[in-house]
Amino acid sequence: MRNLQLDAQGRLVHLLSTEGLPRETIQHILDTASQFVSVNAREVKKVPLLRGVSIFNVFFENSTRTRTTFEIAAKRLSADVINLNIGASSTAKGESLLDTVWNLQAMDADMFVVRHKEAGAPHLIARHVKPGVHVVNAGDGRHAHPTQGLLDAYTIRHYKRDFANLAVAIVGDVLHSRVARSDIHALKTLGVPDVRVVGPKTLLPAGAERLGVRVFHDLADGIRDCDVIITLRLQNERMSGPLLPSAGEFFKAYGLTPERLAVARPDAIVMHPGPLNRGVEIDSGVADGGHSVIMPQVTFGIAVRMAVMAILAGNA
Amino acid sequence: MKIDIRNARVIDPASGRDESAPVFIADGRILAIGAAPDGFRPDRTLDAKGLVACPGLVDLSARLREPGYEYRATLESEMRAAVAGGITSLACPPDTDPPLDEPGLVEMLKRRAESLRQARVYPLGALTQGLGGARIAEMGELAEAGCVGFFQADAPLADLNVLLQALRYAATFGYTVWLRPQDAQLSHGGVAHEGEVSTRLGLPPVPEVAETVAVAAILELAAATGARVHLARLSTAKGVAQVAAAKARGLAVTCDVGIHHLHLCDRDAADFNANMNLVPPLRGPRDRDALRRGLGDGTIDAVCSDHTPVDDDAKQVPFGEAEPGATGLEVFLPLLLQWGAEMKLPLPATLAAATSRAAAILGIDAGRLAPGQPADICLFDPSGHWTVSASALASQGRNSPFLGLELVGRAAVTLVDGRIVHPA
Repeated sequence: MRNLQLDAQGRLVHLLSTEGLPRETIQHILDTASQFVSVNAREVKKVPLLRGVSIFNVFFENSTRTRTTFEIAAKRLSADVINLNIGASSTAKGESLLDTVWNLQAMDADMFVVRHKEAGAPHLIARHVKPGVHVVNAGDGRHAHPTQGLLDAYTIRHYKRDFANLAVAIVGDVLHSRVARSDIHALKTLGVPDVRVVGPKTLLPAGAERLGVRVFHDLADGIRDCDVIITLRLQNERMSGPLLPSAGEFFKAYGLTPERLAVARPDAIVMHPGPLNRGVEIDSGVADGGHSVIMPQVTFGIAVRMAVMAILAGNA
Repeated sequence: MKIDIRNARVIDPASGRDESAPVFIADGRILAIGAAPDGFRPDRTLDAKGLVACPGLVDLSARLREPGYEYRATLESEMRAAVAGGITSLACPPDTDPPLDEPGLVEMLKRRAESLRQARVYPLGALTQGLGGARIAEMGELAEAGCVGFFQADAPLADLNVLLQALRYAATFGYTVWLRPQDAQLSHGGVAHEGEVSTRLGLPPVPEVAETVAVAAILELAAATGARVHLARLSTAKGVAQVAAAKARGLAVTCDVGIHHLHLCDRDAADFNANMNLVPPLRGPRDRDALRRGLGDGTIDAVCSDHTPVDDDAKQVPFGEAEPGATGLEVFLPLLLQWGAEMKLPLPATLAAATSRAAAILGIDAGRLAPGQPADICLFDPSGHWTVSASALASQGRNSPFLGLELVGRAAVTLVDGRIVHPA
């Protein structure tokens, strides 16, 4: 099967998933991002790399945060950005996903940044756009959120320098998490030897160990001696029902507190894709504490998305 | 019309006949095989050199989409596809719009099908009114109109009590109840087999236990009521083992498998190909292998095409939103032959799974190639290569997981009732 993300020469043409991305491609994205981090620290945070390039943010599922970071990234590259919240328009009128995309393509879009509630929607779009048009997956169902996976990898590299000896624990609702999947594939590809997932059996997907991770149900066991702990957001609608009795009981068993964090490495970093549920998956003492790199993640996220867009457009 | 078929390799799976012999046909029936009857003067002679003559295939499930879904397929297109695939008898499930829950609809469907003079159509009536799952349908009236069994298709039953009472009622009159064993709650929202692939792709899963629990409940209720039950579309290794155990204890249960499930598994959907979105979902490789063995050793009674034509618009969407199903009529024979070859089965045993064994489930006089039988015959080239493509298919449904791939074996001539119905 052809890797949809790469062309015949192995160049990145779409970013759909961190799974199947060659290690060099990921490293190239991270290296490029580090150059953009300095751009973002300048007074004039703009480079003319993507002047004249039209980037359409097509969000079939609402998101303010992710859409904004893509918008900022595109604008700092001097691209023209068009935001579309499709959830509220075309598909509500019965237009099919591909019809929507073809219409936008006719407006000379060069790149689509797509979020959709269905896994695989960006793949479908990537299969049907014209050559030269690029698709970036900004989150599809439970499947993938590759720019988040890459910015997490960037953050880890920034603080830990090297992936070769790390233990990384991903804690919480792995079952529904596209971030967890993208983190796992990116980190395994980059050579992290020990990736773990931690959560109750109701929130871990079947066959998780087949992704190359170790599975833990006890938080202390799962984060013991870890260098990195990624806590996942628990969606409101999952806090009580058949999967969990209550947010309180989840916090008791899996909430990351300063006391629990003590079993991790002393220099462990704590990450979270946001938005935070304080007192559910993470205690404020940790979120705002010395181990937390949650705010730098957001900052690096802009640079990583700039890198992805610049590489796709052939300018980096 | 009198026809003789010359030079074919004649196979009758039920009797094990496998020989080169002429076949003599008159008045819609097979008159003789081997020696010509006295004074037989054919109106037409078919030279079938290099071809196999076998009973026309009997398909336990083909959705013809009428009434209600004519934009997906019509009787004309699908009946043409059936005979192009060597199928001469087919059962159609009741999940039309409206569902086949009243005699008038069944009679109309039968009449429309008969007027096309192609394959024979055996409707399955809805088990519950409107397939709503709550009130049992008028089984007596429907049987009189021509239904050969009662099926809930993919619609859920309200609760186990409805199933218990439906089985009791059916058992009273000796009707066969068809059920697709999948617990509606346990599979709710799922689109892919729960396992490594669904985890990788982030697709909502259908766990194996959704089938295990349903099979167990159905088998217990069948035992308690004495009803004759047919389990449609087994998909797991566990399900095969459950049926084997039930048969060993003498339960009157039969079951089938869809042809695609003998060849494909969840990994084949790993690139979100919506044509791999089937019901039941493609399971793991071990499940597929157990289904292949189960059909070979007779635990699974028959294989069907589970033909489900879906229009492009309903497939060119993300995997989880795609209408499930695959077009099956024309790939049925080659995929059956491929299964038999890979299992190293003799050709008669391979063909039995889609002829005599399928006819026995339906209780119809079909699936035999023997003197006195209806002249429903398929002549196929066992080494004829062809590529599955939109233009190669007569069915309106081009939703094949095998699009672009080469298959071996295709019906050359199909006879129904002693008439050549394919090629047209």
